[in-house]
Amino acid sequence: MNLKKLSMHPDLDCFAPATEAEKEYMVQMRPSTTFFKDGVKRLKKNPVAMVSFFVIVLITLSSIFLPFFWPYSYDAQLGVSPGKPVDASYANLGPFEYGRTEEARMEAGEKIFPHIFGTDQFGRDYFIRVVYGARISLAVGFFASLIVLVIGLTIGSIAGYCGGKVDLVIMRIVDIIYSLPDMLMVILLSTVLKDALAPIIEGTILMKLGTNMISLFIVFGLLYWVSMSRQIRGQILSLREQEYVLAAQATGAPGKWIILKHLLPNCISVVVISTALQIPSAIFTESYLSFLGLGVNAPMPSLGSLASDALNGMNSYPERLVIPAIVISLIVLSLNLFGDGLRDAFDPKLNG
Amino acid sequence: MNSKTLMYILKRVALAALTVWVVITITFFVSRAVPGGPFMGEKAISEAAQKALEAKYGLDKPVFEQYTTYLMDILTKFDFGPSLKQRGQDVVDIIGRGLKVSVKLGLSAAVIAAVCGIVMGSTAALKRNSVLDRCIMVFSTACVSMPSFIMGSFLLLIFALKLGWLPANGTTASGLILPIITLSLSPMANITRLTRSSMLDVLGQDYIRTAKAKGVSGMKIIFKHALKNALIPVITYVGPMLAYIVTGSLVVEKIFAVNGIGRSFVGSITDRDYPLIMGTTIVLASLIVIMNLVSDILYKVVDPRINLE
Repeated sequence: MNLKKLSMHPDLDCFAPATEAEKEYMVQMRPSTTFFKDGVKRLKKNPVAMVSFFVIVLITLSSIFLPFFWPYSYDAQLGVSPGKPVDASYANLGPFEYGRTEEARMEAGEKIFPHIFGTDQFGRDYFIRVVYGARISLAVGFFASLIVLVIGLTIGSIAGYCGGKVDLVIMRIVDIIYSLPDMLMVILLSTVLKDALAPIIEGTILMKLGTNMISLFIVFGLLYWVSMSRQIRGQILSLREQEYVLAAQATGAPGKWIILKHLLPNCISVVVISTALQIPSAIFTESYLSFLGLGVNAPMPSLGSLASDALNGMNSYPERLVIPAIVISLIVLSLNLFGDGLRDAFDPKLNG
Repeated sequence: MNSKTLMYILKRVALAALTVWVVITITFFVSRAVPGGPFMGEKAISEAAQKALEAKYGLDKPVFEQYTTYLMDILTKFDFGPSLKQRGQDVVDIIGRGLKVSVKLGLSAAVIAAVCGIVMGSTAALKRNSVLDRCIMVFSTACVSMPSFIMGSFLLLIFALKLGWLPANGTTASGLILPIITLSLSPMANITRLTRSSMLDVLGQDYIRTAKAKGVSGMKIIFKHALKNALIPVITYVGPMLAYIVTGSLVVEKIFAVNGIGRSFVGSITDRDYPLIMGTTIVLASLIVIMNLVSDILYKVVDPRINLE
C-alpha cells in the first residue's frame, strides 16, 4: 500500500460514499445569518428596546393618521362660525366638557364627539393639537437628522478616504464647529435668519413652513453634522487599510466607487445608530427653540410651543402643560432607549 | 509635565482662542446680515437721524474696518456698544449685572449636581443590581430625557402653585431654590450614570482585588482606591455640564423670572436688541469654550495614562 503514495493511480477509498455519521457532520444545524438578521435577533431579545420601539411606532402612526379621522381640525376655532357672534363657551373647556350649542344638540339626542383634552383659549380642540404637535416635532426630528446624515456622511467619507491635507483641513474645521456652543449658535442664527429669510421666501412654498423651521434646518445643516462626520471618518480610516480596498484599488476602481461600494456599506451600523440618536436631540432642540418663541409659526402647534403657551394659564389649566410635556418626554425617552438598544445590537464592539 | 503634555495644552489653547475668534466673527457678520442693520429701531426715523446714528456708531465705514473696530473693542475693552432697547445702558453693564445672579445660580446647581451625582452614582455601583440601584437608575433616566423647561414648569406647578411651599418668583433668595433644583437635576443624572459606570469599571480592576487581599478595610478601598480613580472620567463632563447649565438657565430664568443673564438674553431675542444678543452670545460662548478647555486639560494632566493623540 505504501507504494501507492508515489503512484498516479487514485486511491479508490477516497471516493467511497459518505457514511451516515459523516453526513450528520455536514448537516447545517441552523441557516447561516447575515449581519442584519443577527442584529435584529439581538434587538428582539432586548425588552426595553422593543417596548420603546412599539411606543415610537404607536405615536408615529397615530400622529400621521389620526388627523384624517378626527372630526375637529387643529386650527379651527369651534366657537367661531361666519355671520354669528363668537361663542365664548367653547374656549378653555376642560377635558370631556362641551360648548353651549353642543350641549343643546346632545339634549336633542345627537351624538357629539368628546373633546378628550378639552379646548384651548381660542376654542381649538386640544387633543388634535397635541397629535398635530407630535407630528410636527417628529417630522422636524426626522428631517433634521436626514440633513445631518447626508452632510456628515459626505464630508466624513471624503475626509476619511482622501486623508492627507484634505483630511487635515476638514478636521480642523470640524474641531472648531465642534467646540462652538451649539445651542447659543442655534439661537443666534435662528433669531437672525428669521429676519433675513422672510423677504427671500416670500410667496414661495417655503413660506408655509415658516422662517423658523427653515432656519432650524439650516442651523442643523451647518452645525450638527460634525459628530456624525467624525464617526464616519474614524470608521473609514480603519476600513481603508483592509485588503479588499487595496484589491479594488489595484484593479483600478475609482475613488468614488470604492467609497460607495466598499467603505460606506461597512459604516452602516455607525450611521444608523448615530441617526437614531440624532432624532431625539433634534426634537429636544426644536421644543427648546419653540419654548423661547423661535419655533414653528402659529397657528401650527409643536409640542414645545404648546407647552410654552400653556405656561401662562398654568395655574387654572395644568393639563395643557402636562400633556405635551409627557408626550415630549415619552418620545425623547423611547427614541433614546431604542437608539441605545440599536447600538448594543448592531455594534457589539462598542460595548466591549 | 513632559513636553508632549505641554504641546497638547498649547494646541488646545490655540484651538480655544480660534473658537472664540470664530464666535465673535460669526456674531459680527450675522448681525450685519439682518435687513436694515443692527440699529434698526421699531419706528421709522428720518433719513437725517438714520445718517447721524450710522455715523455715531461707525456704520458708514467699510465693513472690514467696522469688523476690526468691533473685534478690538471687545478684546481690549470688553465694549459691546450700547443697548438698543434699554436706552442709555451699555451692553456690558447689563451683562455684568445679570452674570452676578446667574453665576450664583449656575455654581450652586453645579455643586449640588456634582455632590449628589457622585454620591448616588457610587452608591448605585456599590449596591449593584439591588432595588436601590434600580431606583437611582430609573430616576436618572427620567431626569435625562426631560427637557429643562418642562422640568422647571412642573416644579413650579407643584411646589409653588399647588403646594405653595416655595415662592414662584425667583427674585428673592428663597425663590432661587426651585431654579437651582431645576438646573441641577439633569447634570446630576448624567454624573450619576457616569460615576456608576466608571466605578463599576474600577471595582473590577486588579489593584482593588489586591487591596482586598491585603485586608484593607472596605471604606478605605472605596475612598482611597476606587473613588479617586472613578472620578477621572467625570472631569470630562464638567465642560458639557456648564454648557447645559448656561443654555438651561435661559429657559429656567424665563420660567421663574430670575433677573439673570439668561432672562435678558431671552428678552433681547424677542425685542430684537441685536447688540445685547451679540454681547451675551459672545460672553456665554467664551465661558463655555474656556470651561471645556479647562476640563480637557485637567483630564489629561490628572490621568497620565491617557493617550495624547
